[in-house]
Formats: sequence, C-alpha cells, structure tokens
Amino acid sequence: MSDIKKFMFVNRKAPYGTIYALESLEVVLITAAFDQDVSLAFLDDGIYQLRKGQQTKGIETKNFSPTYRALDGYDIEKLYVEKESLEARGLSEDDLLVDVIVLPRAEMGELMDQQDVVLSF
Amino acid sequence: MKFGIVINEGPYQHQASDSAYLFCKAALEKGHEIFRVFFYHDGVNNASRLTEPPQDDRNIVARWSKLAEEHKVDLVVCVAAALRRGIKDENLAPGFRISGLGQLVEAGIQADRLVTFGD
Repeated sequence: MSDIKKFMFVNRKAPYGTIYALESLEVVLITAAFDQDVSLAFLDDGIYQLRKGQQTKGIETKNFSPTYRALDGYDIEKLYVEKESLEARGLSEDDLLVDVIVLPRAEMGELMDQQDVVLSF
Repeated sequence: MKFGIVINEGPYQHQASDSAYLFCKAALEKGHEIFRVFFYHDGVNNASRLTEPPQDDRNIVARWSKLAEEHKVDLVVCVAAALRRGIKDENLAPGFRISGLGQLVEAGIQADRLVTFGD
C-alpha cells in the first residue's frame, strides 16, 4: 500500500476507567506498522494516560503506560498535549512520562484540521 | 463518496450502532459506497448471533446481517477485541467476519471519509 495518510489519534479518557485508552494504543501501533503518518493528541482526562508513576496493582489491571515510552521505537514521535487540559489538572510537562509538544487549544484544532483521518478514543 | 465506518459501542446500551446503521442505509440509498464497517471495543458485541431482543424491539444484529447480504457491505470484527469479549467464529452472526486491526487502518486509507460512532 503506497498511500500515506495523516492519522491522528485523539485520546480523551483516563487510562483505566474504560478500555478505550488501551485499545487505542493497539490501533496506533498497527497504523505505524502500515507506514502511515501517525500523531497522537491528548486532551481532557486523556492527559492522565501519560502521567508518571502509574501503579495499577491495587485495581488488578495491567499497567500499560510503559508502552507510551516504546512508541519512539515505532517512529511515533508526534505526541501533542493540550495546554488547557494540562493546566486544568494542575499538571506540567514534568509530570508526564514521555516528551510531548504542548499546544494551546486553538493550535490543536488547526492540527486536527490538517489530518486525513481522526480517530477519537 | 466512499465511506469507512467505525463502531465502538455495544448494541442496545448505546445509540452508536443504531446511528451507524441508519447512516449506512441513508448513504447507500443516496448511491454512496460503504467500503467497510469495522467493529471495535464493545462494538464487537454487535456481531453476536446469540443476541435475542424482545419481539417488539428492533433486532440490531439481524439488521446488520441483512444490510451485509443486500448491499455486500463488509462487516469486520476486530479479533483482539472480540476474543476479550467472547465473540468467536462459532457465535458470529451471518455477514460478519473476524479479522485484524489492519482492516481498520486499510479502511482509513481507502475511504474518502472514516466516520466513527461511539463515545
């Protein structure tokens, strides 16, 4: 398949309350395997997916946060975090487990507008 | 126009599957093409042939099967999401097939628009 499209994955939900975040990551990895132009956006409670120091033993759920660190190995380097969502939760870039690009809401909207495919989980 | 459809929620609990079905029907009636419908997350439950709704309610699963038969719509259920939720070949409704996430990515590449139904 020679066509390359711009795929953006929009993550809006906290990591363990529902399965969306985990299954979103599965699509992200497959999309990268198809050599597509992949970027990830984190908004609202989706920010918590990138929070450092996740401990899931108490809820008997797999901690999948190390996968975000591995994205680099799949050439997925475009991780965008919405500034307003970060600030509303009292967090800063230092609280996140990977390097991200922080964008104000308006710029995030422009970026979404440039995509061919937007999948929101 | 060529549409790809993604359904992320189960039947009856959520309107996603109903809305997607009505969207597909309307699009086909207008002469558009539905390249594929991809069922993900709890959406895989739309493919269970064990579903038995009350007589006076719509049959969401059968409705998809009928659409597949009449319009040759490709109904694809994500294998990983399906196995987690007990959806297998032996309880798959007619017209559905189980395959990988690559089918979702391919739909994104091939379709003019990929439309998601779900939260």
